[in-house]
Amino acid sequence: MTEHRLRTPLSMEDIKKLRSGDVVFLSGPIYTARDKAHALLRTGESPVSLEGAALYHCGPLIRGDEVLSAGPTTSGRMARYTEEILRLGVKAIIGKGGLPAEPFLGRAVYLAYPGGCGAAAAQQLRFRSVRLQELGMAEAMWEFDAENLGPMIVAVDSHGGDLYRDVRRSVQSLLRC
Amino acid sequence: MRDEVVQATVRALRRAETSLPEWVLRLIRNAAERETNPVARLHIQFMLENAQLAGTAGLPLCQDTGLPIFRVEQGRDLMLDFDLGEALAEGVRIATRDIPLRPNAVDPSTRRNSGNNTGPGIPDLILERVKGDCLRLTAFPKGAGSENMSLVGMLNPADDPSDFIVRTVAERAANACPPLFLGIGLGGTFDLSARLAKHALFSLPGNSGKEQDLLKRINMLGIGPMGLGGDTTALGVRIESAFCHTASLPVAVNFQCWAHRSATEVIR
Repeated sequence: MTEHRLRTPLSMEDIKKLRSGDVVFLSGPIYTARDKAHALLRTGESPVSLEGAALYHCGPLIRGDEVLSAGPTTSGRMARYTEEILRLGVKAIIGKGGLPAEPFLGRAVYLAYPGGCGAAAAQQLRFRSVRLQELGMAEAMWEFDAENLGPMIVAVDSHGGDLYRDVRRSVQSLLRC
Repeated sequence: MRDEVVQATVRALRRAETSLPEWVLRLIRNAAERETNPVARLHIQFMLENAQLAGTAGLPLCQDTGLPIFRVEQGRDLMLDFDLGEALAEGVRIATRDIPLRPNAVDPSTRRNSGNNTGPGIPDLILERVKGDCLRLTAFPKGAGSENMSLVGMLNPADDPSDFIVRTVAERAANACPPLFLGIGLGGTFDLSARLAKHALFSLPGNSGKEQDLLKRINMLGIGPMGLGGDTTALGVRIESAFCHTASLPVAVNFQCWAHRSATEVIR
């Protein structure tokens, strides 16, 4: 497992280096977005520039400006928006459970943060600002300063590698016999 | 007595949200020792670190602090002169403010968030009458990632329930935060099977031959922690059953993520 330490904004060069199964620790500003924020982002009215951004599928637990628990949410719910979100310049989507790999080909990666590890993630994130706060704590778009956010697994890379697909294929062949 | 129930509700929720039961930690540690896949090992180690960190800091181990469910075992000799559901709701509102918990409860039509984790039907109260004069209250905050993957199948009596369970896990496990605990409701009716499945999660781990066989079959799938591959897909399977109609075979699968949070308080 090759380990990478990266900083946002991410370049295409950063992305090309990553292969499925690698481990990533990410630093720099990142943005959270869930169901409601995605529905707004796709209209093209992003409140922030997402060029080279890392978008975190996360509905954090926050008190004031203190990040208390902030692990990943299920990415599958946002799958329908992937193409439009990547078109906004997002280079890494962080979440759990995976997304269809096709939209990532040649332009971005999907990073899997260990699910349920909200307390650990909160230690790696600091509050910077919040947008779309009217959507509520879980659905708002939080900007965090990440410091070595990880370990994250490159689950879908930009070269066609996809750990979830590999697992699905082997499960299917096991179920057939 | 009402005030004691409110306070016990807050205490049980705080413990459930910030620490895992020892038997859950033991199963995760055992899995860490057996696991051969490096990505899976990394995940399991990090899950254990996270649980420890949450306990030390007194913070919720997962940001999805769940929808509040309570199992209350009420002694038959104990009379309550207050509304138990309302006392639990008050405890949930205090816990939401003080621990704190993420406000998760919304109106299903308008999606408006009540801001305090309560609303019509929530907290969900599972009330059982037992011998004695005690009140045993178990907080069981349930996250959406695993609950969303749960399924009730109305099978034909000729179908094999085990095949249905294994196929359901194979298709849905990756989004439910494996390694999983699985509550299985076998028989009953459409809704009773779901209740049995939820109740099975209270009495894990299961040790019957059938439960162990299912666990083995599920772990053979190789789905692994978070669906990224590995030997550890499930940590426990528990089946609870009821008689069903001669023409029916309801089977419910209630998914529970690796963070099987629960804590019990007893009021005498």
